[in-house]
Amino acid sequence: MKDNQVLRVVAKIMIPVILLFAFYVQFHGDYGPGGGFQAGVIFAAGPILYGLIFGVERLQSVFTIVSLKILIAAGLLLFAGVGFATVFLGGDYLDYDQLNRDPILGQHLGILLVELGVGITVAAVMITIFIAFAGRQNHR
Amino acid sequence: MIAEIINVVLLGLLVITAVAAIRLHDLFAVVMVFGIYSFLAATVFVVLDAVDVAFTEAAVGAGISTILMLATISLVGRWERRPAHRPFLPILVVVVTGGALVYGTLDMPNFGEQSTPVHEHIAPYYLEQSKSDIGIPNVVTSVLASYRGYDTLGELTVIFTAGIGVLGILGIRRRREEKNSEG
Amino acid sequence: MSALGLYNYWIVIFLMMTGFYVVISSGNLVKKIIGLSLFQASVFILYISLGKISNGGPPILREGVELYSNPLPHVLILTAIVVGVSTTALGLSLVVRIKESYGAVEEEEIHRQDESL
Repeated sequence: MKDNQVLRVVAKIMIPVILLFAFYVQFHGDYGPGGGFQAGVIFAAGPILYGLIFGVERLQSVFTIVSLKILIAAGLLLFAGVGFATVFLGGDYLDYDQLNRDPILGQHLGILLVELGVGITVAAVMITIFIAFAGRQNHR
Repeated sequence: MIAEIINVVLLGLLVITAVAAIRLHDLFAVVMVFGIYSFLAATVFVVLDAVDVAFTEAAVGAGISTILMLATISLVGRWERRPAHRPFLPILVVVVTGGALVYGTLDMPNFGEQSTPVHEHIAPYYLEQSKSDIGIPNVVTSVLASYRGYDTLGELTVIFTAGIGVLGILGIRRRREEKNSEG
Repeated sequence: MSALGLYNYWIVIFLMMTGFYVVISSGNLVKKIIGLSLFQASVFILYISLGKISNGGPPILREGVELYSNPLPHVLILTAIVVGVSTTALGLSLVVRIKESYGAVEEEEIHRQDESL
């Protein structure tokens, strides 16, 4: 699909919009529909569109296997780490009230971090799965 | 009332796409029909007030899973072999199971009723306390991330494991080394 | 509305059985996985139908709205959808590996090759 000029131009316009929209969904999830799961999937749609049009090799020059593996683990560790942080601050596991003197602010901070962890892992897993499937085509 | 009519029509369209998925033998067409099915399901979720779920289903069902299935059929071939014999046994199994499930629904409360056990147990607590406990308007997010944080941590672990599993089964070769080792 | 009171559940059961039929009648492994996904999506619709309250609003708190639909099924299904696509991907990757080692994705063909060993 690399030779189709329409696809290339439209993709170059759309990908930044998709990524921006993903961030909006990620951080606006407290107030409207949205959150880490949706944002992760929408974010992954950008690189996947890039990979479909410009080839998986070029996508892998940004998202290398090593960096994807680190991101997959980092999101889950962030989620679990917030849980341990609340334990060390004297509360129960994932009891965000402890994160700040004001429980409401603590909850806000906790939800922000946890949703970020969800978003990172979901996006990285989706991109990894796509590269694993699409990379298979080339060396058959 | 209009919402109910839209609901009925959309569910009817879902039935049509599901039957089309059975009858087609070209897997490319089946995947396209599945994409339509997911997108219709997402619109049903909007009608049923589940905006967050609709969002996810539209992005995942109609987007990512369609691409994954297309990638798979480009690797394994596009045509399904037609079955040699008539599928009487599967139809019998499906009709009996479906009949049992329909019999089970006869005791269920009507669609949209307010005073059913589902709505009386814990959801009112979430809806009333969310504002003072958590302080954010989207109750789905507050339940997801805070009240049921363990649950979400578990689900994220499943996604993590599935990602690691795909890596283990298919593997990704590094770009540079590939040319040398493959020869 | 009482005539249509159980309509949603019956449609869901029909969709569920379509998915089930595809899984047990089709010999093609990719189509079986698509059947499982149909089944899965119908279960999502069942849960969301149970959470709906007539004349209720989406569960995002705002002024002037008293009645909200049940948020709990939404949370469960929201995560289930993303988990579902990950597990579907795992199944599809197994299908790709089966194709690579057997050269076929039809159930009968794979059985024949297994028996001739």
